[in-house]
Amino acid sequence: MPSSTGVIEREKSEVRVSGGSLLLRDRGKRVKRHWQLYLLVLLPLAYLFIFKYIPMYGAQIAFRDFSPVKGFLGSDWVGLANFSTFFKSPNFWLLIKNTLIISIYSLLIGFPAPIILALALNEVRNMRFKRFVQMVTFAPYFISTIVMVSMIILFLSPRLGFIDHILSAFGMEASNYMGIPSYFSSIFVWSNVWQGIGYGAVIYLAALAGINTDLYEAARVDGASRIQKVWHIDIPGIMPAAIILLILNVGQIMNVGFEKIYLMQNPLNTSASEVISTYVYKIGLLGANFSFSAAVDLFNSVINLILLLSVNYFARRVSDSSLW
Amino acid sequence: MARTNAIRESFGDKLFLTLVYAFLAFILLAVLYPLLYIVSSSFSSPQAVISGRVWLFPVEFSLAGYKAIFSNPQVMTGYGNSLFYTVFGVLINVTMTVMLAYPISKSTFYGRNVIMVILVITMMFSGGLIPYYLTVKNLGILDTRWAMLLPGAMAVWQVIIARTFFQTSIPKELGEAAELDGCTDMGFLWRVVLPLSKPILAVLVLMYAVGHWNAYFEALIFLKSQELFPLQIVLRNILILNSIDSSMMVDANKMAAMQGLKDLLKFSLIVVATVPVLAIYPFVQKYFVQGILIGSLKG
Repeated sequence: MPSSTGVIEREKSEVRVSGGSLLLRDRGKRVKRHWQLYLLVLLPLAYLFIFKYIPMYGAQIAFRDFSPVKGFLGSDWVGLANFSTFFKSPNFWLLIKNTLIISIYSLLIGFPAPIILALALNEVRNMRFKRFVQMVTFAPYFISTIVMVSMIILFLSPRLGFIDHILSAFGMEASNYMGIPSYFSSIFVWSNVWQGIGYGAVIYLAALAGINTDLYEAARVDGASRIQKVWHIDIPGIMPAAIILLILNVGQIMNVGFEKIYLMQNPLNTSASEVISTYVYKIGLLGANFSFSAAVDLFNSVINLILLLSVNYFARRVSDSSLW
Repeated sequence: MARTNAIRESFGDKLFLTLVYAFLAFILLAVLYPLLYIVSSSFSSPQAVISGRVWLFPVEFSLAGYKAIFSNPQVMTGYGNSLFYTVFGVLINVTMTVMLAYPISKSTFYGRNVIMVILVITMMFSGGLIPYYLTVKNLGILDTRWAMLLPGAMAVWQVIIARTFFQTSIPKELGEAAELDGCTDMGFLWRVVLPLSKPILAVLVLMYAVGHWNAYFEALIFLKSQELFPLQIVLRNILILNSIDSSMMVDANKMAAMQGLKDLLKFSLIVVATVPVLAIYPFVQKYFVQGILIGSLKG
């Protein structure tokens, strides 16, 4: 019975040092006893090291003039030259502008949309109707980006799409919406809402279900109307969840969905649809300009990190909820 | 009845409720209609589709689009490849996720905090596209099936979801009892933890499977050989880049019919590509929702 005495020993030692950290000797024993668990984590840790940490280390090619022959470390160090090339390039302000317009638009529309759906669903007392709406609105989440973009293209095409049929019923003329730059951000943002609203609402519905029912009863006794109830109980109740999600979203603000934007691009709309991530892909992988493209990417990540940190700082100052 | 209406609904409340229902009905229609339109179009005749006569239900029912798809070698190879990547990808994903999530769910596991920091760092920082691509390239797995399986072998977010589940749903006492009985950690994981973790395993399988089935980015940057392409890349070539090889056309001597079939084909393809994931969804919805919630509770 070696293991049973081991457990008793461990318990003793834990009692002995409770309040402080475990003694080194006990740590060693514990590692030894649970060697199988340490064996288990080796492979996943190796994965993280190879596919997450080596690329982080490799990000330094942004400061080098990368040549495949010389490798990550052997390539010449050029400092900030790649960055200054980017800042001076004629594309710089256009890329920043497009990226910001699309992300801020996404945030303004895409962030509140699931909240509104959840608040509305929460008012429904007919459980069957509620479940049906939830099921249907959740379904588009399973549609792949490729299929989603093809649906957008088909629906908006002047020949095949139903959107044109509807608009022409109101006497409007057919046009090639995908080719008009000023429409691009709206098409992107609203199709995202269509696809993600039901998925996004789930977390808020759970938060709403967690609100103390005493509050509703008290409000009812005080004669609160439905709108007052939503305003004074529901919305404050989901605030913590909303703030956390908002911080995470803002931290991703410059990373607007590469996959979808890239697929939605066509020669007619690039003036509005070229964003930093699509530019990185085209210059870097298609153009094999590795170092320059990595610099652009790094610049993007740094801005994201600054945004995340500042919004988190702000949230901590004005409310109780923050990421850390 | 009288009790439930103890306080009568005011006019304002009724108006508000009506607006809520109207709003939900609008959302319902807005989500449902495009889906119905796709399905109906896919079952209509090519002529009805190009002349825009399909509004809600199939017009001149036909299976021409589906026949064209299932006789197309590109699409079928893509289907087979996607199935391969999904099955083996999910197998690797779930194994790796459990291997990491279970140990760090134990409070007695020395080093769990260090591992959590290592995990969270990868969620906030990344090397970016180019170093990622170069790493995969240096491993020598570009343009092989491994490129579709290894770089995405584990998702940090799912590890955290699984860890939270193990922490909250597996009673500590079970582990202690097993240890007293001389059960090894591995035996305990295999014989006790996994059978108790079916809900979270279902969630992991689903989330990973949807990811693999819909993935195209890895294929876009890592694959060059046509015979390795997953369905999504084939779809992109046909649906978005509009390149269909002429062998796909059943009736090549009529140009007009060809164009019509080409358009119809897009609707059928969308249906065929989406049905596998959509079909399992109603059965597993509750698990899926549960998964999102576990993930959000202790994020």
